[in-house]
Amino acid sequence: MVTEAEVWDALAEIPDPEIPIISLVDLGVVREVAVEDSHVRVDFTPTFLGCPALEVMRDAMAERIRELGAEPDINVCLDDTWSTDRITASGREKLRASGFAPPSPRRATAPTLVQLQSSVHRCPYCGSTETRLENIFGPTPCRSLRYCTSCKQPFEQFKTI
Amino acid sequence: MNEQEARSLLEIADDELILGWRDSEWTGIAPLLEEDVAFSSIAQNEIGHARALYELVARERGATADELAFDRSPDEYRCARLVELRLLDWEKTIARHVLYEEADAARLERLKQSDNPEVAGLAAKIDREEAYHRMHAQIWHERLQGESRYVAALEELRPLLEERGAHGPELTELWEEMTMVRRSQPAGTAW
Repeated sequence: MVTEAEVWDALAEIPDPEIPIISLVDLGVVREVAVEDSHVRVDFTPTFLGCPALEVMRDAMAERIRELGAEPDINVCLDDTWSTDRITASGREKLRASGFAPPSPRRATAPTLVQLQSSVHRCPYCGSTETRLENIFGPTPCRSLRYCTSCKQPFEQFKTI
Repeated sequence: MNEQEARSLLEIADDELILGWRDSEWTGIAPLLEEDVAFSSIAQNEIGHARALYELVARERGATADELAFDRSPDEYRCARLVELRLLDWEKTIARHVLYEEADAARLERLKQSDNPEVAGLAAKIDREEAYHRMHAQIWHERLQGESRYVAALEELRPLLEERGAHGPELTELWEEMTMVRRSQPAGTAW
């Protein structure tokens, strides 16, 4: 029979469909794993609601659990709100190493435009803090576009939610 | 979830779905490249919110989100007149965006207080994403607020925010486009 630890390890091997450098466990979307006999329930908190990767994540988790010889039940939690603060420390480091600026920590209230424009963000390529917000929106719901005036490199930043 | 609550969620879902379609009409033709990106992303978020809300109501009614989104006739939609208009004028698009985001923020605040944890949780989740739509609306409002065409657009569109139930021909036209492929699907086909 499969154990909870084995399920966590298996889920930690599933890459994020859009940012494959980090795993679903790094992303912080797995809230709980519960094993009962041959049934495995995974409580899954979706990230951005318009993200097309959500179904891919759900299917990938179910498939991985079947490979462990168990019956999956992927429970999508609507009463839980995912935040970018749930991305693990190693997940943030992997993001940075692959050219994504990790999200800023979330404050008690929603981020404001002034914060977004004035807070210091480091360029993931050259490390300079001379960067500016180019567009609140980007190629996917989770990203904003920034520009580094030091190395003249546009880069993507994970939006804080 | 009582019927009153289900109806109010459906109303928001309809607003977000129809506005999402309208916002997506700027993809490729916005006056600035960055606005192509912005309105396309906003459209994607709005349709994602609609889907999550439809799923919640669909579970109560033994239906699917797609059935609620696409298998009703246009006169059954509960969206506001404001969102159904085909507005290929930039100042009117921004005016609608500003009016809608303000009203949407107020109703999300109310929903976040719901006794139903799934409704409150979903509202909180939607609100975190909408914060970025509000910032975008704010940037453009500040940029255009001294322009007479923009001020006139706000005046013209404001009353349409409260108009629900009676739809114009634009909604029927949009519904035809939105459901065309689904309606052409031969019976029993699964995509």
